Formats: sequence, structure tokens, C-alpha cells
Amino acid sequence: MTVTVIIPTLLGSLTNKQQPIVIEGVKVSEVIERMEQLYPGIRAKLIFDGSAYRFITIHVNDNDIRLRDGLATPLQDGDIVTILPAMAGN
Amino acid sequence: MLTIHAKLVEAMITQALNDHPVEACGIIAGLAGSNWPLRLIPMRNAAQSDNFFRFDPQQQLQVWKEMSARCEEPVVIYHSHTSSQAYPRRSDVELATEPQAHYVIIPTQHLYQAEIRSFRIADQMVIEERVRIVQHYQPELELQMVA
Repeated sequence: MTVTVIIPTLLGSLTNKQQPIVIEGVKVSEVIERMEQLYPGIRAKLIFDGSAYRFITIHVNDNDIRLRDGLATPLQDGDIVTILPAMAGN
Repeated sequence: MLTIHAKLVEAMITQALNDHPVEACGIIAGLAGSNWPLRLIPMRNAAQSDNFFRFDPQQQLQVWKEMSARCEEPVVIYHSHTSSQAYPRRSDVELATEPQAHYVIIPTQHLYQAEIRSFRIADQMVIEERVRIVQHYQPELELQMVA
């Protein structure tokens, strides 16, 4: 499946400001693994201990993957994967 | 320095006082690279807490998509402090991800007189900046308050 990944500004330094990224993958975790091959270090910014960081939100189209199958969420051709850092604080 | 229209400051303070004791939050978008805050968008605080805020993720996605389509960025990211002074606390610093943005804090505790303060936060460092409140922008800049 070919999907488009939109990444946050903050990770632009890892991807040479490439935006968006068009990549292959049948599930979200596979897309992140492929991005890691292209842009080493990006996985560690997104995933810890098998899940996305609490303050990173990953959407497939309009759906938060936490409300679906997490990183195992399947992808269809043409899906848009949006990675957003949470806007949060105290 | 943050230069900001008085009507935007008034809208942020009104929202913060209305939401008190829950922390209020939102952004003011502007054309990417312009440094002019124009379009105020109050965000839902998914945490509904008096000492934490988190933009509702679904609303954030929609707002970020809209900004991208309009070539905008968050020029101001604001939230209220309901029982402390207007200075970034630890999580404000740790979770700041927009180094180009002005992080504005609005205190709603009467002791602090609702005086807003603005900061740049990058690489875990906080730098306070001057806030210049103006009554007019250049005529071609149009303010917008999103309900």
C-alpha cells in the first residue's frame, strides 16, 4: 500500500525537511520501520516500548490509531498518516 | 517580541476567565513566516483540568489540516494558569514543540491581574519576550475569531 505521511515540523531535521513522505506499508508500524530505514532516528522519536509516545498522536485519515489497533492499524492505498505532537502543558 | 492586536488579547483573557478553574487553551494562527497572529481558535482542553491542558486530538487534527491548507502556522499558542503566575511550568517546557511560536500564558488567579506574558521555548530553554499590544494592524491584515 502506498500512503502519504505528514510529519511535524519538529522532526523535519531528521527528514531533511521532506514533507510529506510517500512510502509503502500495510500497517502503521511498518510505515514507521520504513521511515526509520530512510531517516534513522525517527522511530525513537515516535515509539517507546511498542507504543506511540503518550504525547504523540498518529491519525490514519481522520482516525486516531489509539482508538483503532494502535501501531497495528491496517492501511489502505492512498491513506494519509498524520503525526502530530500533542499541544499540552501544565 | 510579540506584537498582538488588543482584540486578540481581550478574547484570550475572556476565554481564560470563562473557563476558570479549568485551564483554557488555544492558538492564534497567522501566515507561515509572517509572525502576525490573526485567526484566534479556542481549543477544547481534553484534560479538563485546573493544572493541565491538552488540545483535543481530533480538533487539533482538523485545525492543523485547515492551517496547512491556508499556508498558516500557530503564531501564538496560549493557555491559562489558574493558580500560579504566568510562567512556564515543567511540562510546558518539556512538551513545547513549536520553536517558532510565541507561548502565551494568561493567569486567572486574581493575584496576578490577568496580565499576559509571552515566551519562546526551544530545546528546553525558556526566554521571556516583550509583548506589544496594538490597537491596529496594517490595513491588509484581517483579524478573525473562530467560535
